[in-house]
Amino acid sequence: MFIHKLGSPPWFYDFAGKCIPWLWAAFAILASVSLYQGLFRVPPDYLQGESFRIIYLHVPAAWMSMMIYALMAVMGFIALVWRIRMMEILAMCSAPIGAAFTLVALVSGSLWGRPTWGTYWVWDARLTSELVLLFLYLGVMGLFSAYDEPRKAARAACLLAIVGVINLPIIHYSVKWWNTLHQGSSIGLSGSSIHPSMLWPLLVMALATKFYYAANLLARARVLLLEQDLRKGWTRKISKIGNSNVSSRVEKRDQ
Amino acid sequence: MQAFSALLRRDLSLALRRRDELLLPLFFMMVTVSLFPLGIGPSSDLLARIAPGVIWIAALLATVVSLDSLFRADYEDGSLEQFMVSGQPLPLLVLAKVLAHWLIAGLPVVLLSPLLALWLNLDVQAWWVMMASLALGTPILSLIGAIGVGLTIGLRRGGQLLSLLVFPLYVPVLIIATAAIMAVLDGLPYVPFLGLLLAGLLTSLTLAPFAAAAALKISLS
Repeated sequence: MFIHKLGSPPWFYDFAGKCIPWLWAAFAILASVSLYQGLFRVPPDYLQGESFRIIYLHVPAAWMSMMIYALMAVMGFIALVWRIRMMEILAMCSAPIGAAFTLVALVSGSLWGRPTWGTYWVWDARLTSELVLLFLYLGVMGLFSAYDEPRKAARAACLLAIVGVINLPIIHYSVKWWNTLHQGSSIGLSGSSIHPSMLWPLLVMALATKFYYAANLLARARVLLLEQDLRKGWTRKISKIGNSNVSSRVEKRDQ
Repeated sequence: MQAFSALLRRDLSLALRRRDELLLPLFFMMVTVSLFPLGIGPSSDLLARIAPGVIWIAALLATVVSLDSLFRADYEDGSLEQFMVSGQPLPLLVLAKVLAHWLIAGLPVVLLSPLLALWLNLDVQAWWVMMASLALGTPILSLIGAIGVGLTIGLRRGGQLLSLLVFPLYVPVLIIATAAIMAVLDGLPYVPFLGLLLAGLLTSLTLAPFAAAAALKISLS
């Protein structure tokens, strides 16, 4: 097994560097297949017309926003319990990606809501819990950037992510229930299930976003590792082998 | 248990020595609530309708503003480190501090709330439920807030970050508590909502001290 080696920064840096091009390629192929099918080949919806096509971005982004928060909390738990530094880095690099997906889901949802519901924003249960999720992400990111010491920052933010993930189902159900209490869902999604020809590009896009997440996560983790280990031996070695100018920057800073 | 009661007594007697500070959360809440009629208009029907939300949001704000003092003095004079090395279970000590904080900053809010309800023209029938919801709900706010304070205690400007951290976590409490008061106004059963609040209180009572203790350990490491 090689998993234990991933805990070593140089090994991880190397391994991630090898994986990233493949992950980007998988994302590009899957996303272009899905977008071509979804935007050009699938017939327009008989009720919503062309505007339904936003579903191919909106739904995968919403799924990812929740999945990444859960993953971040799991990685944060592993980081806190077993004190694995790579897990701290991965959890912290997940937060901005998840927040971006949440933002995409919110913006695309409100753009879709304008022609369909007649308004950009309603306090719909799903919209509201997605908004709270965005705040939770911003809290984790804000806490991480507030500390000067990177490891302390990561550990504090990991704990917050775990607290958040325990609260997330409670928030989700209370918001869902709050909306049904105050007003019957005046405008809901059409209950009819999606036709298979419209569904499969959506599922392909959902898969593509996973590759996007993996590629982006590893790329961010590499950068964060380099930043944190700027003065360590292995980063200097890399900068001499590779064509990056890390070592010259370090020397400039040291002078 | 001895450490728990000793710490509780110490915090309470410290607070009672500075009595004028005890009134600050109350004044803060009164000022906040009085802004709503000024901003929205004096229509008593409208005020009666938004009263549960206004009172609860004011309670949320008052809690977050007062939370900073929860561990601040102990952090600055080093008592917090002494708690950690004292060999006493840290979650228990955290619980004592939160309880003292709630008695100082939370309980007065509960007792003040009828005045605010009077201002906002809330139906008298709903007063008891409002007080019960505050009595059950504000300790949850203090307990969850303790986690946030634990995470931000080492930061110089943690106040704004603290509100970003804890407000999303307060959402369920706000929803359920205001729903209880709304239920009375609409003539619906309100006991289930108070039951939910009680459940939330018991859950946070058992879990939050551990999370807050872990947060303090990270902050002071």
